[in-house]
Amino acid sequence: MTEPERLVVIGNGMAGARVVEEILARAPERFAIAMFGAEPYGNYNRILLSNVLGGTQDAERIFLNPLAWYAERGVTLHAGIKVTHIDRERRRVTGRPMRASALPYGVDGVDGGAPTIEAPYDLAIIATGSRPFVPPMAGIDTPGTFFFRTIDDCERIAAYAKRCRSAVVIGGGLLGLEAARGLLNHGVEVTVIEAAPHLMPAQLDSEGGELLKRAMEGMGVRVLLGTFTQAILGEGRVTGLCLKSGETIAADMVVVSAGIRPIVDVATSSGLAVARGIVCDDQLRTSDPAIFAVGECVEHRGVVYGLVDPIWDQAKTIADVVTGKDPAAEYRGSRLATNLKVMGVELVSMGEVKAADPRDEVVVYREPSRGVYKKLVAQGGALRGAILLGEADTAGVLTQMFLLGSPLPERRADLLFGTSSGAPILSVLDLPDHAQICNCNGVSKGQIKEAILVGKCRSVTRVGACTKAGTGCGSCKTLIQQFLEIYAGEVEPDESEHYYVPGVPLAKAELVAAIKQHGLKSVSAVFRDLAAGKEDAGSKPGLASLLKSIWHADYEDERDARFINDRVHANIQRDGTFSVVPRIYGGVTSPTELRRIAEVAEKYRVPMVKITGGQRIDLLGVKKEQLPSIWRELGMSSGHAYTKAFRTCKSCVGTDFCRYGVGDSIALAQKIERRFRGVESPHKMKLATAGCPRNCSEAYVKDLGAVAIEGGKWEVYIGGAAGSTVRKGDLLCTVDTHDEVLRYTGRFIQYYRENGKYLERSYGFVERLGIERLREVLIEDKDGICARLDAEIDAAVAAYRDPWTEANAPVHRSQFRGLIADDEARA
Amino acid sequence: MTLEARSARACWETDVDSPADGRSIDLGTVDAIPVGEGRAYRVGGKTVAVFRPRDGRLYALDNRCPHRAGSLADGIVGGGAVICPLHGWKFELASGRCLNESARVRSYPVVLMDGRMILLLEGEA
Repeated sequence: MTEPERLVVIGNGMAGARVVEEILARAPERFAIAMFGAEPYGNYNRILLSNVLGGTQDAERIFLNPLAWYAERGVTLHAGIKVTHIDRERRRVTGRPMRASALPYGVDGVDGGAPTIEAPYDLAIIATGSRPFVPPMAGIDTPGTFFFRTIDDCERIAAYAKRCRSAVVIGGGLLGLEAARGLLNHGVEVTVIEAAPHLMPAQLDSEGGELLKRAMEGMGVRVLLGTFTQAILGEGRVTGLCLKSGETIAADMVVVSAGIRPIVDVATSSGLAVARGIVCDDQLRTSDPAIFAVGECVEHRGVVYGLVDPIWDQAKTIADVVTGKDPAAEYRGSRLATNLKVMGVELVSMGEVKAADPRDEVVVYREPSRGVYKKLVAQGGALRGAILLGEADTAGVLTQMFLLGSPLPERRADLLFGTSSGAPILSVLDLPDHAQICNCNGVSKGQIKEAILVGKCRSVTRVGACTKAGTGCGSCKTLIQQFLEIYAGEVEPDESEHYYVPGVPLAKAELVAAIKQHGLKSVSAVFRDLAAGKEDAGSKPGLASLLKSIWHADYEDERDARFINDRVHANIQRDGTFSVVPRIYGGVTSPTELRRIAEVAEKYRVPMVKITGGQRIDLLGVKKEQLPSIWRELGMSSGHAYTKAFRTCKSCVGTDFCRYGVGDSIALAQKIERRFRGVESPHKMKLATAGCPRNCSEAYVKDLGAVAIEGGKWEVYIGGAAGSTVRKGDLLCTVDTHDEVLRYTGRFIQYYRENGKYLERSYGFVERLGIERLREVLIEDKDGICARLDAEIDAAVAAYRDPWTEANAPVHRSQFRGLIADDEARA
Repeated sequence: MTLEARSARACWETDVDSPADGRSIDLGTVDAIPVGEGRAYRVGGKTVAVFRPRDGRLYALDNRCPHRAGSLADGIVGGGAVICPLHGWKFELASGRCLNESARVRSYPVVLMDGRMILLLEGEA
């Protein structure tokens, strides 16, 4: 038996980890593998870092290979260790631990005093990636200046941004705009400075860049083009920037994102051939035949790539060569197509986007009012490059034709809009098996075919679950659909996307009909009759909410179907304690009530008492077993600050005291709150009334807001939001009286209860249906359902019981039992 | 198996100490846990979540979610799994295997004898 060869991989980013995956897939036992990575983590998806910065994705969700992955495959991972030297004579690499504060991509950063780690190799692969380019400018070391490259960078930027009001991003390329998007989510004013005359110079032409700039500005980002930075200003911390023009800009922080450069330090010091990157041949071999290189550190045929796509092909080539699966395998370079969302704007860019040759044929479509711009550059009937901005329906097929160099259809417009008959432009049958279909995850036609023929996948979702294809940007889903039609002859529609809850295979309308038809009044009955008896934990709360909205008082309440908040009528906190928010109608309280709250808070040593954003008082840090007695002693009803239901109606002081008020907003808020308190809905509902259009109570950005205007009238707005999404509500109607506001409020709530998807906020619902449609239904009564909606909401209001009365009548003797500690039990 | 002799006090009124042989522990009557839910028990130095799903079986897991230490006993149970109430990590009741992340919590056998829940610590790895 031969000893396994020793393989050392230098770099544990997407390239290093991918090449190891490819090698293990071909020959799991062939190598004893050791990997070095300067970052103290497993491999993560660097492309998603802007989501982490923006707070839309948890850092731990972007790991492709968590630490356990390495252990399970017998790969030795030296995380947080940077390779400083390759002794090519003795075939050993030397690494040193990184200093805790050092940037992993910095030129130095190792802890000189720490012991070295050596690893012998028979074969080495360099995958050191790239580092941010540092443009020449003074003050680059000023605290408050950041680069944007790693998970730790994200955390540092996000933490610092909390203390900042304004930020400048230097660099208007892909990464710079992603950083700008992330910062915007932190509530920071963002200015992007780009040296080129338009944004994203590598992917766009000037017209596309201009449209993108307008879209960015529409989102509140300031964009300065053709602008160079001279110096970062500030003593001890960033206070601003000085431009080459002499102008200065105030800023509390700076993120430098002006491009990337290959990391070649260890290759250079070890005597390998290095030009811009580490020079490799068509087998990705460096000037030393025992050393390969992959990813952004490579220079192949004079090209250095800065995107993820070439990694997939490079990793396959190396794996084929070193495992002997195909010793003659060659990498011939990558054609690059990028597909991304820049701050919510779709953008696909590939190849040469600017016509450079008189023989180039250029097709352009522009629709500035929608921010749509599409452009093709073709030559000799094949695509040289393309841009799709603002609308990218044909991205999948266009990318394939570009990557394969397929002949273009005669009607070029089909490439921008699809064929008028809906027939496919590109016959996927003609594609070779190795053609890459999903560029996000590097999945080929052959793998998809196998998933369909061997794996018996019959829907796009299942092909995705099996191969990862289509699970990135999703632009290849239409192609996957075509493969299903060809190889399976049948496609099961991905109905699960439309299911109300994942565990019951029915859309909301069908589910409601089936529940009514079978008279199913409990969650367990729904699983029994509509899901073949198979329970699904995650589907329970959604079903409970729906059943209650259908049956009102006749609903058979099974408490195990509820989220913990709804079992104990309080909001669970990160440490397992709960928060108590009593109902304070319209936000109007009294000295007596305040005194009582204070007494309870003192008696129970409530760790924090806080005024909420909804004008209520929150007692935080309460133990589960304390809840019933606290409620009893407060003598107030539940504020429902824990459930998917009507929560609060806040108000300004209206006509009672305010010298501007034109309508009695307090009385209206109290009427609304008394009527709709605790009425359950697909998601929480926060309302407000404003006594005049100055909008002090923020009624324009509430799920439903009523605003008094001159002439004694009230405007009713729906679908507003001011959380992670900010949206001004749409005007549903203008009415004369409080009673009318109550009527339309109830009608809207009931229609939302019946037609909203579970966990769909009102802003999503209003946007999905459109305000015109909602006016037709709720005001003009075009569907003839208004009387029924009014009756249904009346029934829901009548079925309301204050859940805090369970303090005296728990539904189960251990309803409020928490954990019993040792000492408590012995007492 | 040695069962600790216990009074008929409900389990939440008392702590459960390890019996002399340290192998099986009486957690009291099963009706202390509402059908379909879980409850947390302090057993010696650790906290164990015991679940009583609607299929009539009993399961026990360490009560600490490896993510952010959420109390699994407060999770939603169904289809042989429990969902942590804090951030939605989902664990198989029988094995403690996390179904959406690479993680695991320790599981313990628990049996029903004469209406009482007996936790077996010998299943401890």
